[in-house]
Amino acid sequence: MSKSITDIQQEIIQEFSLLDGDMEMTVFYIMELGQKLPAMNEANKTEDNVVKGCQSKVWLAAKLENDNVYFEADSNTAITKGLVSLLVRIFNGQSPEAILNADLSFMQKIGMERFIGTQRSNGFAAMIKQMKLYALAFKTKQDVKS
Amino acid sequence: MSVATRTSLDVENIRKQFPVLHQKVNGRDLVYFDNAATNQKPDAVINSLVDYYSNYNANIHRGIHTLAEKATKAYEQTRALAKEFINAASEQEIIFVRGVTEAINLVAASYGKAFIREGDEIIISGLEHHSNIVPWQFVCQDRKAVLKVINVKDNGELDLEQFKTLISSKTKLVAVNHASNSLGTINPIKQIIDLAHANHAVVLIDGAQAGAHLPIDVQALNCDFYCLSSHKMFGPTGTGILYGKKNLMELMPPYQGGGEMIKSVSFEKTTYNDLPYKFEAGTPNIADVIAFGKAIEFINSIGKEAIAAHEHELLVYATERIKTLPHVRVIGEAKEKVGVLSFSIDGIHPFDIGQMLDARGIAVRTGHHCTEPLMERLGVEGTVRASFSVYNTKQEVDQFIEGLDRIIKFLK
Repeated sequence: MSKSITDIQQEIIQEFSLLDGDMEMTVFYIMELGQKLPAMNEANKTEDNVVKGCQSKVWLAAKLENDNVYFEADSNTAITKGLVSLLVRIFNGQSPEAILNADLSFMQKIGMERFIGTQRSNGFAAMIKQMKLYALAFKTKQDVKS
Repeated sequence: MSVATRTSLDVENIRKQFPVLHQKVNGRDLVYFDNAATNQKPDAVINSLVDYYSNYNANIHRGIHTLAEKATKAYEQTRALAKEFINAASEQEIIFVRGVTEAINLVAASYGKAFIREGDEIIISGLEHHSNIVPWQFVCQDRKAVLKVINVKDNGELDLEQFKTLISSKTKLVAVNHASNSLGTINPIKQIIDLAHANHAVVLIDGAQAGAHLPIDVQALNCDFYCLSSHKMFGPTGTGILYGKKNLMELMPPYQGGGEMIKSVSFEKTTYNDLPYKFEAGTPNIADVIAFGKAIEFINSIGKEAIAAHEHELLVYATERIKTLPHVRVIGEAKEKVGVLSFSIDGIHPFDIGQMLDARGIAVRTGHHCTEPLMERLGVEGTVRASFSVYNTKQEVDQFIEGLDRIIKFLK
C-alpha cells in the first residue's frame, strides 16, 4: 500500500520546515526538487499537453496503470518545474478518486501561496486543475467499466 | 557611455521622502528596480491625497461653495504646472486622462474618426508598447487604413533610413515613443517629427518613459501630441496628460460624452465645451490630479538634468558590472538610453531570475514588457529588466549584481 496523499503532504511540510521560512533557501530548494523530477518522454511534450501560463510553460501527461494515475511533467522554468515536481510526487500512484478529493493544504503550510499568487505568470493553478481533470476523466472511464 | 558625470544629488535625503523604500522584503532591505513599470511616491504626493480627502473633497468647476472652489483651484493648478513642465503654449492644450494608454486611445478614436480615410497610412515603430500599437490597429481596421512599422536595429535603435522609405504623402500620422520601456533606447524624436511634418503627417509621442527622466519641450519638439502617465513620474496611478496642439484639438470631435464636456444640452442638439474640457467628460480624477501636481513639483525641485545624470551613472555602473558576469547578454545597447537595463542569462528563464531576485528583496520585471513584437524581433522570449530612479544607489546595484552572481553559480 503506497503512502496516502495526506502522508506525502506531511512529509513535504516537514522538509520545508527545515528551511525556516528563508525565501531564498526555499526557492533554491524548490529548484533542486525540479532538477530531480524524472525526465519527461520527449514524445509527450506536445502542444496538446501544454498548460500555458503568461511567462512559463508546463507540459503535463497522464496515464492510468492498475487503476492508479501516473503523471509526467516538465517546465521551461526551474521554479515552476520544482513546484510541479511536488504535485507529481503527491499524486503519482494514487487512485483517480483520491486525486479528485485531495485537499492540497500543504501549499499554504509551506508558503507556496507566494508562488500561486503569481499564477497568471506561471500557470500553476491551471496545472492543478488539469491534473484533477485527468483524474476525473480516468474515474469516469472506470465508472463506465464497472 | 562614460562614467564621467558625477552627480551632486543628496540621494539619502531623497530616499527619506519615500516611505515605501524603508522596508524589508523576504528578510532583506528592499531594492526597487521596477521603476519603468511604476515608480514610488514621495511624502508630498501621499500627503496631498490625504489632505484633499480630509479637508476639501468636492466636485469641481460647477460648485459655488468654498470647498468646490478650493478643489477647482488645486486641480487647475496641476494643469498650470503641467503646461510649464512640458512648455505647452497654453493650458487649453493640457487634457487630463487616465494615463498614456487613454491618451493614445483618445487621439486614435477622435483624430482617427475625423482625419483618417481609407488607404491612409499610420506609422509606428517596432519599439512600441502594446498601448501604442493596438489603438492604431483599431483605427486601421475601422478606417481601412494601413499600419506601417519602423524597423529596430540589432542594438535597439530605430532604423531612420528605413523610416524615410516608409513615409510618404499617404502617411497621416506617426506614433513613436520618446524612450523604449523594454530597452531604454531614447529615440531621435525631433528628427522623426521633422521628417513627418515635411510629409504633412501629424506626430504623437508616447512619453511614458520620458516623463521622470528627460527634458520635454513640446514647442521646441513641435510634436502634435505628447502623452504622459503620472504614476511613472512619482505621482498617483489613474491620471496623466494628453498634450495636443490647440488648433488640431479644436478640429477633433469629443471622445466621450457626459458632464463637463458640454456647453448646453437639449434632446435636439448638444454643444460642446471649449478645450480642454471638451475632452474631460465626467467628474475627473480630482484627488490624483492634485497629487500629480505635487509629483511635478518634486521633479522640479530636483531638476531633470540632475535626475537624468544620476540615473545615467547608475545605468553605466550596472551595465559595466553585469558584463563581468558569465552567460549574461545585455539586450538593447543604443548609444542614448534612459536608465533601463534589459538582459538575459543563457539557459536561465527570466521568470526564474525574477523570482530568485525577489527572494533577496530585489524587485525587477521579467517577461515581454508588453512589447511582444519587439521581443520577437530580438529573438528572445522575454528579458529581465532593471530600471533605475532618482532614489536608487550604487550599493543597491551591488546587491543586485551579487544576487545575479548567486543565481548563475547555482544554476550553472
